[in-house]
Parts: sequence; C-alpha cells; structure tokens
Amino acid sequence: MHKKYYVTLLISVSLFVPALVHAQIDSTLFRRAENRDSLNNTMNMDAIYNRPMLSAGKLPISVGGYMEANWQHIGQDGVSQGNQFQFRRFTIFMASTISKRIKFMSELEFENGTKEINIEFAALDMEFHPLLNLRGGIILSPIGAFNQNHDGPKWEFTDRPISATQLLPSTWSNAGFGLYGKHYDDDWMFGYEAYVSGGFDQSIINNEQGKTYLAATKSNTDRFELSLTGQPLFSGKLAARNNRIGEIGISYMGGIYNRYVDNGNVIDEKRTLSVYAVDFNTKIPHIKTFITGEWAWIKLMVPESYTQQYGERQQGGFVDIVQPVLQRKILGWPKASLSLACRLEYVDWNVGKLRETGDNIGEDLWSVVGGLSFRPNSETVLRLNYRHQRSRDFFANPPVLLGGFSFGISTYF
Amino acid sequence: MRKSQIIIGGIIALIVGIQACEKFEPGLPLEDSLLDGPIEGLSLSEMQRFNDGDRTFNDEVFTVEKGLGPLFVSNSCVSCHAGDGKGNPFSTLTRFGQVDETGNQFLHLGGPQLQNRAIPGYQPEVLPPGAAFSRFTPPAVTGLGLLEFVPDDVLLQMADPNDLDGDGISGRVNWINIPSYINPRSGSVSHNGRYIGRFGKKASVYDLLQQTVDALAQDMGISTLYHPIDVYSGQKVDPEISTQRVNNLGFYLQTLKAPIPRNQTDADVIKGKALFTQVNCSSCHKPKLTTGNAPISALAFKDFYPYTDLLLHDMGSGLDDGYTEGTAKTNEWRTPPLWGLGLSPNSQGGKYFLMHDGMATSIEQAIELHGGEAVASRQQYNNLSPTDKAAIIKFLKSL
Repeated sequence: MHKKYYVTLLISVSLFVPALVHAQIDSTLFRRAENRDSLNNTMNMDAIYNRPMLSAGKLPISVGGYMEANWQHIGQDGVSQGNQFQFRRFTIFMASTISKRIKFMSELEFENGTKEINIEFAALDMEFHPLLNLRGGIILSPIGAFNQNHDGPKWEFTDRPISATQLLPSTWSNAGFGLYGKHYDDDWMFGYEAYVSGGFDQSIINNEQGKTYLAATKSNTDRFELSLTGQPLFSGKLAARNNRIGEIGISYMGGIYNRYVDNGNVIDEKRTLSVYAVDFNTKIPHIKTFITGEWAWIKLMVPESYTQQYGERQQGGFVDIVQPVLQRKILGWPKASLSLACRLEYVDWNVGKLRETGDNIGEDLWSVVGGLSFRPNSETVLRLNYRHQRSRDFFANPPVLLGGFSFGISTYF
Repeated sequence: MRKSQIIIGGIIALIVGIQACEKFEPGLPLEDSLLDGPIEGLSLSEMQRFNDGDRTFNDEVFTVEKGLGPLFVSNSCVSCHAGDGKGNPFSTLTRFGQVDETGNQFLHLGGPQLQNRAIPGYQPEVLPPGAAFSRFTPPAVTGLGLLEFVPDDVLLQMADPNDLDGDGISGRVNWINIPSYINPRSGSVSHNGRYIGRFGKKASVYDLLQQTVDALAQDMGISTLYHPIDVYSGQKVDPEISTQRVNNLGFYLQTLKAPIPRNQTDADVIKGKALFTQVNCSSCHKPKLTTGNAPISALAFKDFYPYTDLLLHDMGSGLDDGYTEGTAKTNEWRTPPLWGLGLSPNSQGGKYFLMHDGMATSIEQAIELHGGEAVASRQQYNNLSPTDKAAIIKFLKSL
C-alpha cells in the first residue's frame, strides 16, 4: 500500500518537472524559532495564550504588509465621477518559521476600507526536498502570474489589470492542499505547483454582471468551508526562468463548477470549467526595459437553453512595459527612480457568434494606460496614470468610452 | 533655489492639472445621437424617480436568486432595449395562441409568450403543436410617456374603420380588456368594458405600467405585487421586486425623452420630408400628436413628432402571421412610431432589424413589405426617382 502511494508521488513529481515558481513567500520574512511543543499541558481556556507569537524572549513571527491609496478622476461618455479618493488596500503579512523546514505565511487584506476583508493566503509549507514541498491552508491558485504576484508596490499602475481581476478572478484563493518544488541548474530555474482546492460555483453564470464572470464566486464567503460541487478544483503551473532571458509560465485551472447533486438527488448535469494561461516577464539588457504580461483562455460548459449572454469562451490579457528613465539620487533619496510605463489590455468576455444572426458577439474591452512612476526606494511607489478604455456591449453596439487620470501611492511596510 | 522652484512649479502644475482633469475625459456623445435621457421639465423629485428607474432598466441583471425565470426570454431590460433602442433578433419574442378576437386559446399551455430560455436544470418552453404564433422584435422605448397621454378622443378621431373618407386608409383602435390593477386614465373611453390599447405590436397593452408588469413577468419571470403569479407554475408567489421599483420603472419609461431629429436643415432631408407626405406615408405615420392632461406636468399638453397614429391597420397578407392580440385581426398591426429610426443600428448591433419581427434589414426592405392599406403608398414610393427615394430614406434616417 505504501509502495503504491510512493509510486503515485513519484509520478506526480515527474509530471511537473521542477522549477522556479514566482516566490509566493519571501524567505527573508522568516526568522527561525526554537522547536517548541504546542501540545503541552494546558486547558482549552489557556489556548489564547498558548501561541508561538506570545513566547517571551523569542522572535517567532514577522509582521509586514503593504498599502495602496488612490485619487482618481474618471469619466465615462461625458459623465464624470469627479474626484474620488480611495483606500484600495491595507494588507498585513504575518509569517513564521516554525522549524527549519516548516513555515507559515499569511496575508490578510482589507479592501476599500473595511468593505472587504479577506484572508488571501494562509498556508503552512513543509519542505521534504527542494523538489517536494507540501502546502496546505488558504492557497493562491497559480493561474497566470498576477494572481500570486499581486502586491501593489510592485506595479507601476494604480489599477490592477482588468484581465487579471475580472476575467481571471485575482486575487483567487481557496482552501486546499498541494505540492510545489524548484530546481536550479546554472542560469536556469524550473518550478512546478499542483494544488487541489475548493473552487467555483454556479454564480459564474448567474450573476449581476450579466456575463460569464469567474470573479462572482468570490462573493461566496462559504467557499472556504463548503464546496457545493463536492469536487476539487485543480490548479497547476510549470514555469522556467533563465537569468538572462526571463521567465515563462504555463498554467491551468479547472474542474466542475456547478452544484449537480443536492440532498443526495441529482439536480443538474455536471458542467466543467477550464482555464489556461501563459505568462512571461523579461528585462531587456542595457536599456533595462521591463516587460511583463499574461494571457488567459477560459472555456466552460453553459446550458444550451440558457442565455448566450453567459459566454462559453473568454479570453484576454495584458502587457506592461516599464522603462526606467532616471535612476539616481533625487530629492535626497539616494536610489530613487523615475519610470515611464504603458499597459495594453484586452478582454473578450464572450467569444463566439450570436445564434440568431451569426454576427460576432461584442462584450469586449480594450484599454491603454500610460503612466509615470516615481520610486524613492524599491518598496515605495508614487504613480500617475491616464486610462483610455473602450468597451462594447453584447451586440457590439458603438463602444462606451471611459478615461481619466489616477494618482496613487503604495508601499510595503 | 533650483529645487524649490521645481517643487513650487510642480505644485502649481498639480493644482492646474486637477482642475483641468475633466477636459481629458471622454466627452458626452451628441445629445441627438442618444435615446437615453429624461424629458425636459421634470422636478427634482421626479428626476430621482427617473434615476431609480434608469438604474433598474439599464443596470439591473436579474439572477436566479432575484427571481429570474425559471423560464425567461431575457435577464435584464437592457438586453432587449440596449441604449433604450430597438432590440436585436437575439431578444425577439415569440407570442402565440390567439387567432381571432375570441381570445387566446393556449393560455393553459403557456401562452401568450414563449419563454425560450431556462435557468440551469430547467427546460425552456416549446411552441405547442398547432399554435399560431408571431415573432416580435423589441421596440425602442423612448418617448413612450408622450404616447401614453394622447387622449383617447384623439385616437378615435383619427380612426376611420370603415374608410368613410375613401382614401384607402382605415385605421381603428384595439379594444382590450385591462388587468384589474390598472386604473384607467381620466378621460379614457370604454366600450363594453374594454379600453383602448396603444402599446405593443398589436396595440394590446393599455399603459406603461401594464407594459412594465408584463415584461417583468413574461420576459424575465419576475413576479410583482400587481401580478403575483409565477409564469412557469401558474401559482401565486411572493413579489420578486418591490412595488416602488416597478412604479419607478414605469415612471422611467414615461419620462424618457423623445428622440431628437438630426440634420433637419439638410436639403435632402427637407425634400424627403415633403415626399413622405406626398406619397401618403403620413396618413398612418402621423408626424404630429399632442398630449392631453397628464399627472406628470412635463408630459401635459405637449406637441411631439412620433410618426404614428397608434391605430391598427391592415398590412396585407404578407405580414399576416395568423396570430393576434386583443380585438386586432391577424393582418392588422399598430403603426409603429418612426422617431429614432435612424438610431436603430446603434442598439441593434450596427444593422437594421425592422418590421414587427425584424425581418427587414434595411428601410427600403421595410417599405417593400408594406401591403394592405399601405399598398398605394408603397407604389407611389416605387414610382419615385432614385434621387427622391434616397431623399425619403435620408429623411427617415434623420428621425
């Protein structure tokens, strides 16, 4: 029996040949704590004090985070929203090295004040071998790159990419388990991740957006406790990085998304969802232009008798180009930098043709965002953006135009 | 010193920049290119009701949790009337079950409207064998409040059911039974307990409240206090939308502005307008109507230009689908308003889908489909020179 499990494990690992995966955990956050026994002789009433972080004289936990605040002045087809001041995110990291190869990391996020409070990540990592790490808890699905690498201060734009947050549902995390590992070979790094977790629900085709919208599932706060499908969502990624060329990743996420059994009775057909994504990033030598992007394809089963407004196929992505133009002491900051940035975005929410007319379905969007960013240091950014966006409705009628300025600050702490 | 100057300059630029921000945002499309917007003269409180209805009409998407279906045609108002304009074949309705004025014989089989879509797990309705049917493309919804408050007397004066004037154009009102929740307008004319219908392809709807309630129930499967019946099961159910929102939705439809004509000084448009009257299109597509008294002062005693008489006309066998509503005959159709015609492609996906079922993909094709009482006008149009025909088309597109 044990042999069978061992073989299964080996096959799993060999399928996902090792690699570098975008570091979800910054190892510098961890500080080692001495081994301790949490199962000592205490009562339940003592539990609140029986926590590693409260062990006197030790530094078992690291605390950090980031924040993002914006001002924006955006208008759509002549109707301006005026001045809007937004506190987009306040995110707290807490991390602990429980023992040499056991770590815990968490990310607690407050969005728009306290409108949304989410545990975006809270997972225990156990290293058995560099190629074989177990992760369990609330994990981030490794779909695309942005979902895992989403910290505000890393980006030169006040808004997250639309394709990453609305087509793909970043930040998309679920309760689950899985394996990951890395392998280094000179200038090359390879990584893999493979997880099973709770997943989507029928709201992706039954939501107030009136279109297939994966992010609708995020409003289901029961999903960390109860998966209505009873089926796991699988997500996996292979990535390779060359220190001189850059990184490329291919990822997949999929499973059954609808509730098809209720109270033991079959109430619907099983319907599957598949998401494929490719991501890349590179820095052009000498001129230091940084280019990053991702593209995703979504395919799902929608009942034929339902409305075509909920598309069976979607696609979209973004490309960010960041060009540093000044890197020197500025206003007393010794390693400040000034960069120009440009983001190109495209999302097609409904790829296909209308059954009634054979015409292409609209429901698409593209935007160009120009930006100027100033970094007094690598962990803090001030950014000024201008967005021009065109979006068309289901029938591909004349587009709605949206545009305007935004200014934001974001920093790690 | 240089640093301070840069900082001060930066602050000044920032202040100026913020003040000028709106200049860099997309401008308002030309007012005459939009169908959306309130009629002039609403009070502040009326504007609030308009905005509430606007949000329900244009932003609300009904989900299963909000009561959608289980059988439905569409999940929002805007998916049938994008930008308050005409609909696309995607949202064309199928109505069935009535062949004469004795009423709908298929109500027990789901009539009068086919719900051709269903939420997951359910099967949509199918047309019962032997049921006569017709397909109705959603109309534009602008200016409807003005049409609602044209006095019944005016409609009856325009009607000439027996063609007493001998011009080949008759025109009559559709006498309909109205739902119990409708309070007839003051001045309404009744005949054997029936009232004059004026909305819908067959003029089978009395007013915009009835239109709103019917659309919620039959298009989206949303029950209301006015009609607390589930279309799927036929059973009594709780309202799935508040009565206030239903009322405000009706108010929104009443107070949408009339389409604004464009290029009215263009020589071809002026010529086309004259030719339109000359070939007698205006006998049914009456250019001007006037409202009577109305509870919304912005709608009371107003002249407006819808190009309709709101009456039923025999349109010939080519447009006879064998289905009807109210006391209309199967070959009779209510004259559709022509205002906003030129803006139709903006809501229909860049194309025209005209006539009751959207079968005409150009204005010229729509004219050619006119039969019955309209044959003489069609022939006169066909006898015009290509230049004159083009002028009429240009005029129609200017509406």
